[in-house]
Amino acid sequence: MRIAQHPILTFDRGKEIHFTFNGQPMTGYEGETIAAALHAAGVKVLAKSLEKHRPRGFYCAIGNCASCQMIVDGEPNVRTCITLLKEGMKVETQEGKGKIQ
Amino acid sequence: MREVELLVIGSGPAGLCAAISAASSGAKVLVLERNFKPGGQLIKQTHMFFGSESQYASHRGVDIADILLSKIREYGDQIEIMLNATAVGFYEDNVVTVLKDEKEYFKIKARSILCATGAYEKSLAFPNNDLPGIYGAGAVQTLMNVYGIRPGDRVLMVGAGNIGVIVSYQLLQAGIQVVAVLDAAPRIGAYLVHASKLARMGVPILTSHTVKEAIGTDCLEAAVVCEVDDRFQPIPGTEKRYDVDVMCISVGLSPLNELLAMRGVEMKYVPQLSGYVPLRTEYCETSIPGIFVAGDASGIEEASSAMAEGYLAGLCAAAGLGHVPADFEQRKQTYLKQLEDLRSGPVGDRIRAGMKISQL
Repeated sequence: MRIAQHPILTFDRGKEIHFTFNGQPMTGYEGETIAAALHAAGVKVLAKSLEKHRPRGFYCAIGNCASCQMIVDGEPNVRTCITLLKEGMKVETQEGKGKIQ
Repeated sequence: MREVELLVIGSGPAGLCAAISAASSGAKVLVLERNFKPGGQLIKQTHMFFGSESQYASHRGVDIADILLSKIREYGDQIEIMLNATAVGFYEDNVVTVLKDEKEYFKIKARSILCATGAYEKSLAFPNNDLPGIYGAGAVQTLMNVYGIRPGDRVLMVGAGNIGVIVSYQLLQAGIQVVAVLDAAPRIGAYLVHASKLARMGVPILTSHTVKEAIGTDCLEAAVVCEVDDRFQPIPGTEKRYDVDVMCISVGLSPLNELLAMRGVEMKYVPQLSGYVPLRTEYCETSIPGIFVAGDASGIEEASSAMAEGYLAGLCAAAGLGHVPADFEQRKQTYLKQLEDLRSGPVGDRIRAGMKISQL
């Protein structure tokens, strides 16, 4: 799902970053946001809505809309579209509001 | 509490030009940027800009960001850009509260403040519009042009304004299929030079069409579109289904300026400028002296006008602080003339009408 060739842009991917999504090992690159790395890995459903538990993906990708909130290292409501990936991060789908641990 | 001379909120085209302009007059500037990269939406634009040389025409947006940032570096510690720093409050005593790195929270007091916070993408109401796979056109641009990631395989673009057709072309450049571009309006809103590029690539542009519904269980699988009549009502029997995994919503932007409303500057709903905007003088000063606005935050236009406004607002904000360069009048007239040119002709009709309503 990554663009290999582009007529105008070159993408210098940083070093590989290892993280988990719902316990599953995943790989992204340094400089990518969590939502971008997940999307590249084919993961589009990031959360479930508060009341009707409908699937939620990102919408704006610049931190405005809160559609991409997930649990990251135990912390809920992290806007994954603007949060950079870090080695060893534990990323989980958020169901509803999430709890502060 | 940190005290600064001029605080610029936002480092998009308007904010960067404002900082350069104010610093060139002698002001010390702090620029707040909520992202981890400066440049705003410029860093996602792979197309060449129109207009005149003073707004960097025939450069790609992404290169313009580099040009502006290298100019900023020439001013050394006279301009500081603070990244990962979101302005979250703006109070009567010109104190701005800042959330840095999602954990540090502190106050900054400024003698003058220039709001260049840009805009946000509008959404569109239809059944299942919340399915993953339905994204703002700008979001897809970010994913594709900043991170080099394919948003999907088959895309339906909703909106044939400049952003809709430009992002469609960028999708094709990235090797992604665009099945159609649709717009509820009876004519294409984008500049024809952009729309023609798409047409030449065989992408149908369907005017007087809208989305009836999105279909999918966990993610978008298909979209049903239909024709609309001259009152924008769906015409029964005209439904068409497209199997797509991505739908881009590009139905316009709204000014992002809640900070100014919080500070209490006079605001007004101006449809020609796409939403609530601060009233301001010809020189971009709001109803509160020393508080300026530039770019999309004062009404939706284009990056070129955002840059010209940034230069004008930065010059006048610095002058208000006592930094009046010898060529002040000349520079002021130059920027005003640039804005007048950018807003001239039939394309600028709406903007000129909106500016009249929002002028102090």
